Amino acid sequence: MADKKLHTVTLEQDKCKGCVACMKRCPTEAIRVREGKAKIHYDRCIGCGECVRICPHNAKKVVYDDFDIINNYKYKIALPAPSFYGQFNNIDNLGIIIEGLKNLGFDEVSEVAVGAELVTDATKKVLSKGAIKKPIISTACPAILQLILIRYHSLTENLLNMLAPVDVVAKLAKENAEKKTGLKPEEIGVFFISPCHAKVFALKSAFGVKEPLVQGVLAASDIYFRLLPHLKNIKFSAEEPKAGMAGISWACSGGEASGVMKDKYIYVDGIENCMNVLKQLEDKKLDHIDFVEMNACVSGCVGGVLNIENPFVARSKIRELEKYLPKYRNNVEFAGKDLDFFQWEVNPETNDVMRLDEDFMVALKKMSDIDAILKGLPGLDCGNCGAPSCRAFAEDVVNGEADLSLCNRKEDAENNG
Amino acid sequence: MSDKGGLHFEFDVDGGNFVSAGTASERVKNTLKQLGIAPFTVRRTAIAMYEGEINMVIHAGGGKAIVDITPEDIKIWLIDSGPGIEDIELAMQEGYSTAPEAIRMLGFGAGMGLSNMKKYSDIMEIDSRPGEGTKVFLQINLQKVQNG
Repeated sequence: MADKKLHTVTLEQDKCKGCVACMKRCPTEAIRVREGKAKIHYDRCIGCGECVRICPHNAKKVVYDDFDIINNYKYKIALPAPSFYGQFNNIDNLGIIIEGLKNLGFDEVSEVAVGAELVTDATKKVLSKGAIKKPIISTACPAILQLILIRYHSLTENLLNMLAPVDVVAKLAKENAEKKTGLKPEEIGVFFISPCHAKVFALKSAFGVKEPLVQGVLAASDIYFRLLPHLKNIKFSAEEPKAGMAGISWACSGGEASGVMKDKYIYVDGIENCMNVLKQLEDKKLDHIDFVEMNACVSGCVGGVLNIENPFVARSKIRELEKYLPKYRNNVEFAGKDLDFFQWEVNPETNDVMRLDEDFMVALKKMSDIDAILKGLPGLDCGNCGAPSCRAFAEDVVNGEADLSLCNRKEDAENNG
Repeated sequence: MSDKGGLHFEFDVDGGNFVSAGTASERVKNTLKQLGIAPFTVRRTAIAMYEGEINMVIHAGGGKAIVDITPEDIKIWLIDSGPGIEDIELAMQEGYSTAPEAIRMLGFGAGMGLSNMKKYSDIMEIDSRPGEGTKVFLQINLQKVQNG
């Protein structure tokens, strides 16, 4: 499913000092340091953002679209993520943000939080049919979905086969705009304002859908700075936000699960916590749980690397905004769509990138060689060789990607031992 | 690589800490994934071995795990010199447990260990002598076509 031409994160070569910070942090061991620069293996990258967060030199750049691409379309629709609402000080009326986005150049604003509410309602209806194996795993976080497709293949039957809220809103917004304006589909541009690059990648690669549903993915941080001057001039707005509390709460960890389930659910955030829970799910240690929400970022989408505000403050702001809203303002019946409309059009495929070789016998031989090499390595996982661990280095050697001589700590280890 | 073209692993299972137990089975699980073994088989092996590992931690103060992987099957030996099992037939029953209350409070020792090991393996053999120790053998067969 991952398109090799698409990148999640790029490296600014000049800024990269070749330190091992990102390499050691990467949960899927997708980074190596070669010739003094970090090199990303995109087939292993899940877009979690850990390397972007940790890089001390700001050398990791997140891929997203330039704002000006909206001008390629006659009718422009902005799709702000629920977490976007948590970025602003002193705004207690979401109408101001909607009006601000219109002043910025969008013809229409369609709230992703509305999609979140619809997906919540549709999920409840799908779950009541009992067709998905429990514990059901949420797929709203694309980094987590990618992680499962790469490393936890036995859990694919537990995946919740629902579209992400942004997909639902994109489909509805485009359909409505075509009717309203009479324009051709290609004249209408739908743009997601994203909290993270995992979402950029997911939307461009069309996770779970036949073809990309948006014409561009913009960064929350970029829009934030463009929007601020416009917001200052708006004292009062007649715009009426349509999302209820259940939709807006998707901005934070727990928002999805608490809307869908009454009990027997857990919500997990932070990539390491998610990996621990995935391991337990795989070992059937959590079979007494019905629903698992997982977000790669700490605190959920408000923790995304494209946001401005720190996730804890953003979370508090989201809570304030929710306070006076009714729990639900949207549902499946009101949207006038069948349940199919909210579900995956195509099932995302698993990825065999962790596999040593297509041929089992070759893989067995490689594994045996890896173990033999590993026994001769110091076991310090120091990263000097340019691989995140001695095991990863041994794998690289066997795969012909690194030379054994790159390990310069063998003697240190022997002296200590 | 052994003569027959397989992998051989030996793990010391630390008896001290049962919350972090499962290191050996996790290592085996990751190895099987890298070999491209079918997810269903990976999962069965990991669960069966984890149960054996945790049993050694809870009841026997640790032990040794030996794993052989060949194109035909996965063989696992779990060897400890703990108190042994008095009545194997009784111990095999679901829900039968001799785990101390403190361990049950943490969600372990629910009496599913041996029955789960049997459920998730193709062959299971137990050799136990009270006062001397326990040796559990598990075999998980591999489907002929792993590449399909």
